Amino acid sequence: MPPLPAKRPQASFSVWLGVVPFFAFAMVFLILPTLHVVLGAFTRPDGGVTGDNLAGLLAGTILSALWVSLRISLWTAFLGCIAGLLVAGAITHGGLPRGIRDSITTFSGVASNFAGVPLAFAFIATLGRLGFITVLARDWLGINIYATGFNLTSFSGLTLAYLYFQIPLMVLIITPALEGLRTEWREAAESLGASGPQYWRMVALPVLWPSLLGAFALLFANAFGAVATAMALTGSALSILPIILFAQIRGDVLQDPHLGYAIAFAMIVLTGLSNLIYIRLRVRSERWQK
Amino acid sequence: MIGKRFWSWTIFALAALYFLLPLVGMLEFSLRARRGAYSLDAYRNVLNDAQFHQTLGYSLILSMSTVVLGLLIVAPTAFWVQLKIPRIRPLVEFITLLPLVIPPIVIAFGYIRLYNTSSVLPLTGSARGTDLLLTAGYATLSLPYMYRAIDTGLRAIDIRTLTEAAQSLGAGWMTVLTRVVLPNISVAILSGSFLTFAIVIGEYVLAALLDRPAFGPYMVWMGSNRAYEPAALAVISFGLTWAAMAAIQFLARRGHHSVKV
Repeated sequence: MPPLPAKRPQASFSVWLGVVPFFAFAMVFLILPTLHVVLGAFTRPDGGVTGDNLAGLLAGTILSALWVSLRISLWTAFLGCIAGLLVAGAITHGGLPRGIRDSITTFSGVASNFAGVPLAFAFIATLGRLGFITVLARDWLGINIYATGFNLTSFSGLTLAYLYFQIPLMVLIITPALEGLRTEWREAAESLGASGPQYWRMVALPVLWPSLLGAFALLFANAFGAVATAMALTGSALSILPIILFAQIRGDVLQDPHLGYAIAFAMIVLTGLSNLIYIRLRVRSERWQK
Repeated sequence: MIGKRFWSWTIFALAALYFLLPLVGMLEFSLRARRGAYSLDAYRNVLNDAQFHQTLGYSLILSMSTVVLGLLIVAPTAFWVQLKIPRIRPLVEFITLLPLVIPPIVIAFGYIRLYNTSSVLPLTGSARGTDLLLTAGYATLSLPYMYRAIDTGLRAIDIRTLTEAAQSLGAGWMTVLTRVVLPNISVAILSGSFLTFAIVIGEYVLAALLDRPAFGPYMVWMGSNRAYEPAALAVISFGLTWAAMAAIQFLARRGHHSVKV
């Protein structure tokens, strides 16, 4: 349906009244609270403007938490992109039966929302010290997986758990892009003498590139903002930035309220930028899907 | 060709292993509460725990209030914007997408600082006020999903003609909205509602920071105090999420069908 033409201006005042509740709600419960946090990141306790709070991010526990957060988000975004791309490739161009394809899409819709506390419990029950696989490996294979250096409450454990919602998200967002790769392009490339790798390098990848980068950015933001999974899985054994912020909000553990604002501001900037990249690149990649 | 099939099946098998094992593990673990035999003891303990009923009941009520609040804010707005002021649609869309950009923990932080007892709007001063704040917070988190579902639903029908037809029969705005538009986008509304439900029911960060007795904080508390009950809770919570998401898929398929016909 084409966009409806706007009504003539004479009725405009009463027309605008219709959207007042929405904007009022957004103002009170979304924009003002965020603005308060952002402004707090740039002010001193006495009200003066300062950049010290942001500088405070680059020291001690906060810097190391920021580093862990960045690493886990980049790493799970990277692995999630590759694994999700493989799964999406298998269901779009791999000749799997229709039924499997549909069930993977449905499952991805559910699993991408299965983050948080229950996900952590599922992994503890599976790979914790008394977990299903841990016990099976011990009793049947005689392998103690905890002796290999693996620990569920560490970086590797958290990575494994995060991938449970990262891979399905990748499958959901990259499948349309893969469907946009037309068979004709492959046939055309082959009839011109291109080999399989050449087709991928010179035709498919350049078309997919914006989608892949955009998906990577979205997965990064998705992992960076996650708190509940990490808290329920590791307690506070692994300090990531949102966990520090959580402790700070609850009990001012950093003994400087404005450092809390600065952490929150840094989180908005990072997730905001990656979402912006995602939206930009999605617009570019949709050219090929028409 | 056989090579391609082989790799597809291998990828599928590996993915199935990775995604099913934690579910199997969770189920198996939840049955292990009695030494030496599988039993439903963990579930019995959970179901006999008064706190389980209180927190789950609280979260259920909260999720329903969130759905109602979300609908009250989103449905009339999406309708009005499409019908009367389509030029502000990009702005409205942008605002509804913001909760995906701003992490929930930051929104909660803003609430606590802005609406504490010493502010103009001291919502966190009383339990009722905090409940209201929490509901509003959840409605905010669900804005992207609710708005997209309803906006898509509205675009699939000719609301202009429907509205004009109803008005020429003497219907006022309320009648148009409640008796003409809403019934026509019921599938979209239900999808948005189920997704909201799935988000709210086990949410942890907002509820914990606002210190309300919701299901999410209860699960975390169990996680650090019990061994097998958390797995039972995860199974229950997963079942609830699955039911909500399955309902959406079902509705989506039916919705597609009716549009095609």
